Amino acid sequence: MSGSLLITFDEVWKSYGQGEATVHALAGVDLAIRSSEFVAIMGPSGSGKSTAMNIIGCLDTPTAGTYSFMGIDAGRLDRNRRAMLRNLYVGFVFQGYNLLPRTTAVENVELPLIYRGVAARERHDLAMKALTEVGLIGREHHTPAELSGGQQQRVAIARAIVTRPTLLVADEPTGNLDTARTHEIMELLTRLNTELGLTIAMVTHEADVAGYAERTIRFLDGHVASDTMNLEVV
Amino acid sequence: MIWETVRLSLLSVRRNVLRSFLTLLGIVIGVAAVIAMLTIGSGTTEKVKADISKLGSNLLVVRSGRPAGPGGPGGLDQVVRPLAQKDLAALVTHLSGARAISPASQKQVRVIFGTESLTSGVTGTDSAYLDARDWKLVSGRPFSDSEARSGTGVCLIGETVRQQFFGAGDPEGEIIRVNRTSCKIIGLLEPKGYTGFGQDQDNVVLMPLAAYQRRIAGNRDIDSIYVAADDRTPTTELLPRVEDILRDTRRITPDREDDFSIRDMTQIADAMASATTTMTGMLGAVAGVSLLVGGIGIMNIMLVSVTERTREIGIRLAIGAHEKHILIQFLVEATVLSLLGGIIGILIGLALAGLASLTLTIPFAPSPAVILLAVGFSALIGMVFGFFPALRGARLDPIDALRHE
Repeated sequence: MSGSLLITFDEVWKSYGQGEATVHALAGVDLAIRSSEFVAIMGPSGSGKSTAMNIIGCLDTPTAGTYSFMGIDAGRLDRNRRAMLRNLYVGFVFQGYNLLPRTTAVENVELPLIYRGVAARERHDLAMKALTEVGLIGREHHTPAELSGGQQQRVAIARAIVTRPTLLVADEPTGNLDTARTHEIMELLTRLNTELGLTIAMVTHEADVAGYAERTIRFLDGHVASDTMNLEVV
Repeated sequence: MIWETVRLSLLSVRRNVLRSFLTLLGIVIGVAAVIAMLTIGSGTTEKVKADISKLGSNLLVVRSGRPAGPGGPGGLDQVVRPLAQKDLAALVTHLSGARAISPASQKQVRVIFGTESLTSGVTGTDSAYLDARDWKLVSGRPFSDSEARSGTGVCLIGETVRQQFFGAGDPEGEIIRVNRTSCKIIGLLEPKGYTGFGQDQDNVVLMPLAAYQRRIAGNRDIDSIYVAADDRTPTTELLPRVEDILRDTRRITPDREDDFSIRDMTQIADAMASATTTMTGMLGAVAGVSLLVGGIGIMNIMLVSVTERTREIGIRLAIGAHEKHILIQFLVEATVLSLLGGIIGILIGLALAGLASLTLTIPFAPSPAVILLAVGFSALIGMVFGFFPALRGARLDPIDALRHE
């Protein structure tokens, strides 16, 4: 079921401000995620879950402690090295889709490949393949404004998986969707997890969305409050 | 990668057509102004040079009267001692370094042929005049030395005079009346067109000086003496020699000033050409200021663009763009914008200059160097004024940028 250790938090602290006003978003978190795991991360706002996600996605670095990603001490890398790491191994899906406006679906999906220096033709082929995987073929030349929320999120997922990442970081991917769309998107993520062996770390507020994951980590006041395996849904 | 970025920036220009157009406008106006000014300016300089060379190059013109003073050249406050035959004779005898020396006396006189009449510039001169002025005959012959000496009634006419009296016909051998005397046409002068001061250089009649003095002027005076320098002698060297000889023959004691003036046409040509060049430079500089304003416009719009697209920058950074990718993207975008503006500006500027050269009848003189400079400069403006906003975009924190609404 699950493979080797992909992500480890070792006494990770993230603090903002100085002196009396110091706020600890993460206060000595220990955490491990294996590859091919599908993890839901929950917790009230201010619990530190977003900070943890930013560190997991190599967007942020801990103030103290060690964050290791694929055995790399990612918390000590500079901006550009982390950018390279993200480009090679991490895909992002956001609540607000975050597609480039006035840019077609296929161009949006090609974007990460541009920063990899992939040639135009190959880029297009890979993007079309990713769009096929998320079931959006035929709409590749639509701009985000011409797509529904569910479809936009599918484009975003295609963009996240087009580079064949090791890790998918999803920040409330269904937060803007209705129940039916939520179910579709979650089915898609589950399928990517099982079929491609993609590791998924997903922040969510909703228990039924978290239910699609195999494990739920709850944050509270900068600590991991609980870490439980979910029952099989099906 | 670079080509991809250029393509992306062109896309972004196209996506924001109105905003891009407004941004471009500054650069377009600036570049168009610079190009138009410099092109019109160099056309004017060429025109001035051409006009003055029509007056004769390497030419000194001696006139009676003091060079300058109250009342201008040949001031009215002084008794003017005209140039005389002995002044001419002295120059011819003693002056070295001259190719041709020729006297001339001029007057606007009514010229009549049949029932037609025309007021024309009649000049009394000798056979060296054509050489001194660098004028050529289309047909016929110049007057001979003996005709010049004896003052025979013969004359050479300009194109305007021919057209007035003979249309396209051959004027040779016809007799025209100049004032109350008649003279036979023996040659036709090459057309020279108008001077820069609007004077028709073809409305002329040349006749032997002796004939002019006796029958038209009624005196023995010489208005001016033309001295053309030979190829080896610069006019600046020739001028003092002419002055010395004339002071000597006119018996001017060292304590007194010249009672004649010598004008160096080459120097006048240079002075006027350099004046128009200075003018051109000044106009160009003023136009350059508007380019600078255009550049600030680019910076402004790029700052707006970076702020407006903070989220986009966040997305790009999140999915793996390096700082330099963002920097290059916005730099290229600014450069593409200003280059585009530069190219449109060049086309408009050249069109304006072309229009001006048509209406002002000056040569259309576009300079490849100026155009290249304008292209380079507008690209530079894009880079310089795009750099700060681009850097601001590149330095954004991806987390903050993604959170930006």
